[in-house]
Amino acid sequence: QFSCVIRVAIFGGTHGNEMSGITLVNLWIKNGKEIQRKGVETKPFITNPRAVEKCTRYVDTDLNRAFTTENLSAPSGDDLPYEVKRAQQINEIFGPKGSPDAYDVIFDLHNTTSNMGCTLILESSKDHFNLQMMHYIKKAIAPDSCPVLLTEHPLLKYSTSRSVAKHPIGLEVGPQPQGVLRSNIFESMRVVLKHALDFIELFNEGLEFPPCSVDVFRVWDKMDYPRDTNGNIIAMVHPNLQDCDWEPLNPGDPMFQMFDGTTVRYEGVGTVYPTFINEAAYYEKQQAFVTTRRETLVAGAIKKA
Amino acid sequence: MEKRQVVLPTLSRVAVCGGTHGNELSGVYLVRERLKKKKVVEEEEHVSVVTVMSNPRAVQHCRRYTETDLNRCFTRATLSSPVTDKTPYEIVRSQELNSLLGPKGSPEATDLVCDLHNTTANMGLCFIAYSDRDWISLHIYRHLQRQMSGIPVRFLHFDLPLNEAYSLDSVGKHGFAIEIGPQAHGLVRSNILSAMQEGVQHMLDWVRLFNSGAQFEGGQVEVYTMVKNVDYPRDPETCGLTAAIHPQLQDRDFCLLRPNDPLFQTFSGETLKYKGTEALYPFFVNECAYYEKGIALSLARQRSVGIPSIRSEREGERGKFKSAAEEIEEEETEEEGSPIEMECEKQSGSL
Repeated sequence: QFSCVIRVAIFGGTHGNEMSGITLVNLWIKNGKEIQRKGVETKPFITNPRAVEKCTRYVDTDLNRAFTTENLSAPSGDDLPYEVKRAQQINEIFGPKGSPDAYDVIFDLHNTTSNMGCTLILESSKDHFNLQMMHYIKKAIAPDSCPVLLTEHPLLKYSTSRSVAKHPIGLEVGPQPQGVLRSNIFESMRVVLKHALDFIELFNEGLEFPPCSVDVFRVWDKMDYPRDTNGNIIAMVHPNLQDCDWEPLNPGDPMFQMFDGTTVRYEGVGTVYPTFINEAAYYEKQQAFVTTRRETLVAGAIKKA
Repeated sequence: MEKRQVVLPTLSRVAVCGGTHGNELSGVYLVRERLKKKKVVEEEEHVSVVTVMSNPRAVQHCRRYTETDLNRCFTRATLSSPVTDKTPYEIVRSQELNSLLGPKGSPEATDLVCDLHNTTANMGLCFIAYSDRDWISLHIYRHLQRQMSGIPVRFLHFDLPLNEAYSLDSVGKHGFAIEIGPQAHGLVRSNILSAMQEGVQHMLDWVRLFNSGAQFEGGQVEVYTMVKNVDYPRDPETCGLTAAIHPQLQDRDFCLLRPNDPLFQTFSGETLKYKGTEALYPFFVNECAYYEKGIALSLARQRSVGIPSIRSEREGERGKFKSAAEEIEEEETEEEGSPIEMECEKQSGSL
């Protein structure tokens, strides 16, 4: 399943204003000692340099939504949006997506304005290697928690830059405003990555990881803000919900507060676990928060062949 | 100084401005809701309120500015610079706003300009003004301090003469920014928006009371005066940051920073300490928009300022003015224990 040398990439700056990843990757491009592991080739990489230069999420279009089959196979040309061109370049260097030549692992470093702590993002429930890694990381940083968000959803799954790899892992750390670098957030991301690379090194050395179970939050639905007929937002996340990522939201619980003061309540069928609550970048994606449901996944034993 | 009473002209026209920075959303939403509910100019009892979305293009793109920071475009030099095809949008807009709410320094200027802002720094609610002896601003400040319990309310003074004053609030005869944080740019937090709505409401209530002839007793208020800015340590080649605000300073705006207190933490984990000799109060600690201005934090001195009792002028009192310059001269030569005097102060444009 894995080549002799495991090839790992660490992506920063997929969104040009999410500062922890940008800072870490630039640090490691200068001096990569911290991310070196025996038998592992680790490549730090700034995915969207133009957006980073302007300290903006993206220049033409969101790079982290750009890795669709359609985009990746589009004939290259000057009139393509910058991020689509960039996606094709990244696919060439680290992919091709879906092929045996693709990188083994890509960590994609993100920040969020939501109070999500250190969240790991898993794209496939059948990725036993990733599940084992996430199990290892969760144990290593306990008692601090490391929620796992499973984005496997027929409609809501999106084509990320990391999806070029065989084993894509998203790392989403918050809360941090866009364009701001907070010491504690920066250090948290660094520590999680250290454990992730330790896991890969142990695996590469032949350590067998027995079967394990991992609690995850599977994406369920997305909720937009109440809007007026002109599309303007007319309510805000309710104070009871603000900052309560990963806490249960029950039917009848307050969800939004209209500007006139009235409360809008959650009217779903059962308890959900909201996340990405009040992410600044999602106002334009019509998303006030995402609902998830708890699930336990089982990972089979893994050992390097 | 506290024993005397100052009489000031009524504040017949007040402007409430939001979206001066297009991604500071509390002010944007507040202005949008006001414009929806009421007319642009609202003639209420005792005061006429103008509501303005300062930088509509930046608001549309949810960015701080499109070409240049609008809130640095209100110096005399910029306001009087000739407009060509190449003039940045924000400079054209600053001159438009100066026509609408000014002209700055003239008798026609709006009586009070209140400009709404957010910051990523943990500053609570801050008044920001160029004067520490504008009694209107200081009385409104004290009023909000007394009325608002859920958020700290402070007054920041930037000591600049009117010609050099660069922000929108300097266009009015009286003016200040209301800056509320912490709030990330590009989003609205309910507690922050509520605080801003409450603050604006209390301000307008005070103005109505003032205009209706109420008398406000004198007293003492605390004022922070800006002393200097401190930049991040930077790589000499790339100018990129080599350290972040130290975890012990992060979110501790207005907590006294003493010599040798932690200031920055380098990316290799080293602590850099504050090397100044004077203990000062930090503010705008880790404000996102200031990275490009070379400011990691700003430092202020705190002192107590005496404010006189004030009331608005009554019918028949107009014309009994001293000029503002004479008023200040009198303050400086006044001795302790002088008899209670009725003084009238006219706000002229030539401060």
